[in-house]
Amino acid sequence: MTALSRGAAIRGGLLVVALALAIAFPLVFTNPAVTQYGVFAMIFVTAASAWNIFSGNSGYVSLGNAVFYGSGAYALGLMAKGWNVQGTQVFDLLPLVGLIGAGIALVFGLIALHVRRHTFIVITIAVFFIFQLMAFNFSFTGGSSGLNSPFLTWQPVPYNQNFYFIALGFAVATVIVATLVRRSRFGLQLRAIRDDEDRARGLGVKTMRVKMTALVITGSITAMIGGVWFYYINQVQPQTGFDPLWDLQIVLMAFLGGYGSISGPVIGALIIEPGTLWLNTQPQFSGGYLSEILLGVIFLFVVLVMPRGIVSTGAEWIKRLRSRGRPAVVPAVMTEQAGAAALVVGGTASLQPQAKDGGQ
Amino acid sequence: MTALLRTEGIKKAYGGVQALTGATISVEEGTIAGLIGPNGSGKTTLFNVITGYQRPDEGQVLFGDRVITSLAPDKVFAVGIGRTFQLTRIFQRLTVLENMLVAAQHSRSQRHTVRRRAMELLEFVGIHGHADLQAGSLSYGQRKLLELAYVLIADPRVILLDEPAGGVNPTLINLIADRIRELNSQGKTFLIVEHNMEFVMGLCSSVSVLESGSCVVSGPPEMIRTDKRVLDAYLGADFDDDVAGQQGPAGTPVEEDPSDVIS
Repeated sequence: MTALSRGAAIRGGLLVVALALAIAFPLVFTNPAVTQYGVFAMIFVTAASAWNIFSGNSGYVSLGNAVFYGSGAYALGLMAKGWNVQGTQVFDLLPLVGLIGAGIALVFGLIALHVRRHTFIVITIAVFFIFQLMAFNFSFTGGSSGLNSPFLTWQPVPYNQNFYFIALGFAVATVIVATLVRRSRFGLQLRAIRDDEDRARGLGVKTMRVKMTALVITGSITAMIGGVWFYYINQVQPQTGFDPLWDLQIVLMAFLGGYGSISGPVIGALIIEPGTLWLNTQPQFSGGYLSEILLGVIFLFVVLVMPRGIVSTGAEWIKRLRSRGRPAVVPAVMTEQAGAAALVVGGTASLQPQAKDGGQ
Repeated sequence: MTALLRTEGIKKAYGGVQALTGATISVEEGTIAGLIGPNGSGKTTLFNVITGYQRPDEGQVLFGDRVITSLAPDKVFAVGIGRTFQLTRIFQRLTVLENMLVAAQHSRSQRHTVRRRAMELLEFVGIHGHADLQAGSLSYGQRKLLELAYVLIADPRVILLDEPAGGVNPTLINLIADRIRELNSQGKTFLIVEHNMEFVMGLCSSVSVLESGSCVVSGPPEMIRTDKRVLDAYLGADFDDDVAGQQGPAGTPVEEDPSDVIS
């Protein structure tokens, strides 16, 4: 019990420190070239954590969350343009963008949630391309030149700082939602679906409703952060709002950090997004293609070497260190066998030198 | 005594294969009923039809007076029918305790009570010491016990067990049988598919025999043991494959003598 509460205290302390650092960051490093990293990082922390709420918990890997992201960007742009909303009032539209995201998630779910695993992934990709094509071809979306946002009259330094704090707010809220989901009965049902959906259904879990609710939460958050992103960079085109690489990126962030855990997507986003941005600005990596190749390599590495991500693998290492090299959890039967095996190994090992001695 | 669970003339075909050809069985309230039959006779299919995992082509499933044919699995469970699977299905990446809570329909305020109940049930089947372990690390027998325990938490009136003794060591088979008897004495009704005849005959008060998708005979174990149709069903062309092949490591050895097959 004391160990538990001490662990909780340490974790709480770490959270406070992390939050303080996050708040201090744009105030210490005011250079817009630096704070820009922070804004994008927070946008991706939000998007990856939102992805994790549905996909990480339920095991339904979505490669189509850019549908919500791009739709959020377009929805904000279209509403601002259509209703002639200017300046900071544009932010008041974000809850509406969230509702639109929820509506799209509902339709998305009705199409995609009837199938599972690989078929689900393929359908999310298909829906994604439908949305990109629509953005290209409808007249109201501005075709391939996309949409521009209204202008904010902020100076560069506060411009980035303000957007940073907005994105940070979304990131913190998303992590809180993710934690609440995780601790709730709803979250347990989602994870039961991940392990064995039919079995969960046979135990009274209303699987369709549970999956749909999670997808709607994810879609709504992703659309809102897509709106923030659009207003931050002042424009959206079909290929940037509905970007297949974006989809891969947030999935990679979640996998790298730890698929299904709460801190995993946060850590993954904080590593990958600034890393990608930095690589793209280095002239020797001409044109930024290297970062995409590198992204692919990291993806392969993560899937092959540490499929459970930094958080789980790291926790395992720490446990192993504490237990001085012994594996952390060993079933009783296993220890017996391992003990017997060790005896055998030890026996032969101690026999060998003797035999050698005898031979000499 | 009234029938709590009944199926009437259930038919189910997969393509050209008739899995069920009019299966009619009946389970009295408060009893332990057995369902036996050679491999491929449709036992698991009948379970799937009753619990909503498969829709019958024809026929009806009744729970008391209520028609529950083709209800979805979650609805069937809510009505009061719980089941386990032949190949145990637990939630491997959840902890043992979390597995228990999936089936528990409860609100936030009831959380504490439900947890205590979950621990009681884990203690009942003897795996409470593993409550915080990942369920995937349990042994096969422990998984069977966990599956029984988490079905119990929702307090179903009927429990369908698909081969509870299959692949389990003799000590554990006795434990499982004890637990079933104890639950039965508290009023739970059971329907059990099992190839271990000793287990079925020792536990069940009535046994139905499926053959080629329909129930050929049902009655008390003593009657089943000597019924000619049953002997035929087990000693037909399928004898070697079905009975001999199906005995798990812990099953009773199958003798050549036909009278021993279902003794």
